[in-house]
Amino acid sequence: MSGAVLPARGPGDRLTGLFWRRPWLLLLLLIAPPLLWLGVVYMGSLAALLLQSFYSIDEFSGIVVPEFTLKTYAELFRAQNLDIILRTVTMAAAVTLACAALAFPIAYFAARYAKGPWKAAFYLGVMLPLWSSYLVKVYAWKLILAKEGILGWAAERTHTGFVIDGLLSIPGLQGSSLSTSPIGTFLVFVYIWLPYMILPMQAALERVPQSMLEASADLGATSRQTFRSVILPLALPGVVAGSIFTFSLTLGDYIIPQIIGNSANFIGMAVYQLQGTAGNIPLAAAFAVVPIGIMLVYLWLAKRAGAFDAL
Amino acid sequence: MTISKTMKLMAGTALSALTGLTPVLAQVSELGTGEGAVNIVAWPGYIERGETDKAFDWVTKFETATGCKVNVKTANTSDEMVALMNEGGFDLVTASGDASLRLVAGKRVQPINTDLIPSWSKVDDRLKDAGWHTVGGVHYGVPYMWGPNVLMYNTEVFKEPPTSWKVVFEKMDLPDGKSNQGRVQAYDGPIHIADAAQYLMAHKPELGITNPYELNEDQYAAALDLLRAQRELVARYWHDAFIQMDDFKNEGVVASGSWPFQVGLLKSEGQPVASTIPEEGVTGWADTTMMHVDAEHPTCAYLWMEHSLSSNLQSDLAVWFGANPSVPTACTDGSGMSTAESCHANGMDDFDKVRFWTTPVANCSQGEGACVPYYRWVSDYIGVIGGR
Repeated sequence: MSGAVLPARGPGDRLTGLFWRRPWLLLLLLIAPPLLWLGVVYMGSLAALLLQSFYSIDEFSGIVVPEFTLKTYAELFRAQNLDIILRTVTMAAAVTLACAALAFPIAYFAARYAKGPWKAAFYLGVMLPLWSSYLVKVYAWKLILAKEGILGWAAERTHTGFVIDGLLSIPGLQGSSLSTSPIGTFLVFVYIWLPYMILPMQAALERVPQSMLEASADLGATSRQTFRSVILPLALPGVVAGSIFTFSLTLGDYIIPQIIGNSANFIGMAVYQLQGTAGNIPLAAAFAVVPIGIMLVYLWLAKRAGAFDAL
Repeated sequence: MTISKTMKLMAGTALSALTGLTPVLAQVSELGTGEGAVNIVAWPGYIERGETDKAFDWVTKFETATGCKVNVKTANTSDEMVALMNEGGFDLVTASGDASLRLVAGKRVQPINTDLIPSWSKVDDRLKDAGWHTVGGVHYGVPYMWGPNVLMYNTEVFKEPPTSWKVVFEKMDLPDGKSNQGRVQAYDGPIHIADAAQYLMAHKPELGITNPYELNEDQYAAALDLLRAQRELVARYWHDAFIQMDDFKNEGVVASGSWPFQVGLLKSEGQPVASTIPEEGVTGWADTTMMHVDAEHPTCAYLWMEHSLSSNLQSDLAVWFGANPSVPTACTDGSGMSTAESCHANGMDDFDKVRFWTTPVANCSQGEGACVPYYRWVSDYIGVIGGR
């Protein structure tokens, strides 16, 4: 009975028919835009970056020589450039540790104790700072930390100025005020990136089943033992996820250290200056590869630590 | 413009030295009728139509008189300006000394027929043939504005203006009896090395520095040593005009190299600051209106260049920006808000003390490859600020 096959009623039907006969075509159409995005825009720019980093700048004219060489990478090992890398990595590590220490109790409370409106208030509290402009927050902190800012004023009134002076006399952290000291940079980094640590931690802690904690208690574990052997291992993926955020964001940031701190360069600032004013794109590219390398090592270590086992 | 002067200098001018500047390009020989629009790439705040502040408007009248609608694309760095001009689609650009020669070398701008700009004769004689827009005797633009990098100081600490840049370069006690450590600032751009070299010109004549933008290895090393000593005094370097202003207000900073722009704004807020040009002289910047080689609206572009010299623009912009007009009469002819006093305050009479920003290149007047090129200034200044 040929009448059983209904005639196509228009282009829509024909298209459906086509997709029905060749399912891979639909798949291709759906997947092409994200693939193009990943492949061309994302990986392409990364590849261009890598390529540039193998070029070098001509010593005399300052013009980029498009020939492959490792000279630019060797330049990374000059004392002042190693300083920058070391400074950035130290800062990123310190910020990550501080964020983790601060975020854990908050996330734990939110995951295990906050209910109903409290939970909503928690989400709002954590997310709210993310809604306002990053620059506004940094400038606000500049004022808070300034010599004649609110912190300095409060310290003066309470005669606790010696605490700040003591902090500022620690070698390597000196400055004429908190806002011109690396301590200021650190505080602002911690403030800005904290939500990125809290949220994944909280998600991970929520997935730790209550029954396991009860079982642990039934078997006579102290709360400290429960924490160390049950909660922490199970929440580790969240901690690592958060630390990847805080660590990599600090590695790449170039605005906070420009506004707060003693003007010493961080990797991001160096990239910005080298590509912009100096026209030294190869060295800027080589600098930009450094955080990628560090993050790869970091992820590898995290994987070895079993952080992704629960994924 | 000044706010983002930060990222201005580029090694790219080195290009001009290498490729050789070949000027022979056609120039406009006569003007037609206006094309109805003109597209300008400009520094923020350079072209105002009364939208930021009603009193500052030098566009509306031009549009009414010529029928050329002014479209402004602001750019924050010289690099951005060069990139936009390379893209095309613009008629004019207000290029600084570090971008202008790159544009000429890249053949992105065309020679200007000064006969078609009646007010050319009014241009400051000191700027007419300036090296940042005139190449081989050919003019590639019309001077727009210029300004010195002055020494800003706190009048409560300095009852008398400081006479030397020494207050920011060497550890010393300021008039209020306290050390200058942590209370002075320096510019967070490698071009600041030129300020150090200029200081050495006066205080270490045995180094034989004649031009702070052309330094051989020894002179360069001496300048870096001076800057390393300065690092001990400077708590934070400045690169953003508003951050510097904040540091003068809240951070206890009392002296720093600065632009008249910040001085004027702080004064208007009632802050106790003033500026001076110390005995060693100062560095400075000078911008030029240049015309794209494929400008779609050449007549309107020429009309604008004429307008930029003949109208209230020079006079009002000088006040708005704390800069100096390229037309000296703008200070006194009442065409805008400038007065002889305001021009004097902005440094109009100190032209000879200003050494204008140019990009250091290896091949300089000391010989082929004798000078330290700009890209090394950048990496070494990063080292200095990092405490090396």
